[in-house]
Amino acid sequence: MIATLAGFVTTSILKQPKRVLRADEPLLSSGLIDSFHLVDLGLFVEKTFDVRIDDADLNADTFDTLEQLAEVIRAAKAG
Amino acid sequence: MNTLPAALRAHVEVRGDQVAIHLLRARQPDLPITYARLAELAAGAASRYEAHGLGRGAVIAIILEHGEPLLAAFWGAVLCGATPAILPFLTEKLSPEKYRQDLVALIGVTRPAAIVTYTAFLPEAEKALAEAAGQGITELPRLLTLDAVEPAMPHWRTDIEAEDIALLQHSSGSTGLQKGVALSHRAVFNQLHAYAAAIRLDPATDCIASWLPLYHDMGLIASFVLPITLGVPLVLLSPFDWVRAPARLLQAMATHHATLCWLPNFAYNFMATRVRERDVDGVDLSAMRAFVNCSEPMRAASHRLFVERFAGLGVRAAMMTTCYAMAENVFAVTQGGMTGPVAIDRPLARALREDRHAALPPPGNDAETLEMLSAGRPIHGVDVRIVDGDGTSLAERRVGEIALRSNCMLSGYYHRPDATAQAFRDGWYLTGDFGYLADGELYVTGRKKDLIIVGGKNVYPQDLELLAEEVPGVLAGRVVAFGLFDEASGTEEVALIAETELSELEAREALREGLRRQIASRSDVVARVIALAPPRWLVKTSSGKVARTANREKYLSQPPERVA
Repeated sequence: MIATLAGFVTTSILKQPKRVLRADEPLLSSGLIDSFHLVDLGLFVEKTFDVRIDDADLNADTFDTLEQLAEVIRAAKAG
Repeated sequence: MNTLPAALRAHVEVRGDQVAIHLLRARQPDLPITYARLAELAAGAASRYEAHGLGRGAVIAIILEHGEPLLAAFWGAVLCGATPAILPFLTEKLSPEKYRQDLVALIGVTRPAAIVTYTAFLPEAEKALAEAAGQGITELPRLLTLDAVEPAMPHWRTDIEAEDIALLQHSSGSTGLQKGVALSHRAVFNQLHAYAAAIRLDPATDCIASWLPLYHDMGLIASFVLPITLGVPLVLLSPFDWVRAPARLLQAMATHHATLCWLPNFAYNFMATRVRERDVDGVDLSAMRAFVNCSEPMRAASHRLFVERFAGLGVRAAMMTTCYAMAENVFAVTQGGMTGPVAIDRPLARALREDRHAALPPPGNDAETLEMLSAGRPIHGVDVRIVDGDGTSLAERRVGEIALRSNCMLSGYYHRPDATAQAFRDGWYLTGDFGYLADGELYVTGRKKDLIIVGGKNVYPQDLELLAEEVPGVLAGRVVAFGLFDEASGTEEVALIAETELSELEAREALREGLRRQIASRSDVVARVIALAPPRWLVKTSSGKVARTANREKYLSQPPERVA
């Protein structure tokens, strides 16, 4: 799951496909991805992992790293 | 009733129980605020101001997010005859150092009497004051906090005059904060009345919805001062909440039967592609009269995309309208599409590009044409003409600088008589935008300066180039920034090309990363395209300056590296 998320972030958001993204690398607090990208990320997560992620579910309070994002997705699947 | 406090007072007396603002809040129910309540909130802030000796003519800079304190801070300043200036709020993306630098610039030029903010922001504001003092600025603002508002009974001043400065508008960025557009009550009311007529505003039936920031003219005037002053209900959502949940705006528009909404061009693309079907299930927008496209280059394609996506909600092509506006004219210069479809002009691409002549193709000619969306006709009280470099009026369909004269022009750039004098020529305000007139309609074709407009935010490429040069690995003076229009997002993207001697893949990736971070944290935008070029790749002018247009052309025809 983390590899898939990392692939989306580097290719579609950062437009740097060769960039290696660590699972514990801060994404929001570092300014790597901004608010406009969060909606894109949410739409991608819904489509790819077949979960329901509402607009307000992804923000600086719920995750900062890919690891934490994967946790949010797992929780959404379980819930 | 030609001052803001007099207008607010009249509403309180005639329709005190009517909702002035439906304030939308994240994870909380909407908060309806009546005119009476708004005046009491304003009075609460006004009594704080007055306790600190702030009154008529004092500039009060406001650094608050959407919420009751912001409403109170603004209208409280209005109530005590002071001049409110709403400033951008620090975002999570922007570095505090860069934000502070802009704030210090504002303190130095505008010299506000006070800054109103949250307690949590106080340490930042204090640092800015210390920095300003360190730079030899002696008139420092007092700092006031407004985390919550104690309502009070309003006292209505009657000594406010039409020529008093009603408010200051700043645009973002270090350059923008050094030029506060000072607008008199007279100018504001002339604009409000002329624009209300242009959009056929009817307080009995209209309702305005907005997610726009209040430090920008489209948010502050069209979607805040206009509805509240003219008695039209306002549905107000914070820009931070909109960008995270754009469907929220459409849902609220349906709930409150909104009829008017101002949006920058990118917002049409953003909402058309980012709103989930399930979030607008049952949303009915058929009460809408007009979506008004304004503040960045307008595209017919963005309108088509929006109408196609939301046709099921009752959105129709006839609702798509256009507007050309600027803070210096309070807001609107022109408005199109209110009485019939927005005019579309199809001049010959080559004539427009090479001869600066929007010539129409002769019948039967199949040469390439451009689709130009009209910005509409000048509103009442505003004269528009197209001038050449000498200030001479140009004929119909000839491209030149857009100049205007109106009864709602700025009183001046605050404390900047030099900038004010520069902006006018023979009584005409020179906009810095290029365009042409045809059949009374204004078409905006481009800009005089190398300004990049990203999602309605203005950025100067030279600012970005200076930032990029600070990143180790970039060759000194060998950077160029320019805008590239992106069809998918409906706005310009920032592209940056930097020369470097680095050849190792890892070092190059790290450099690209450093550039991306630098631009993100130190400017209002992000660089979507970052390309590295070998030494001497960039085209320079004979005087040694980087030629932006030439490098843009070169990048498009032969990119220095494949960004796969």
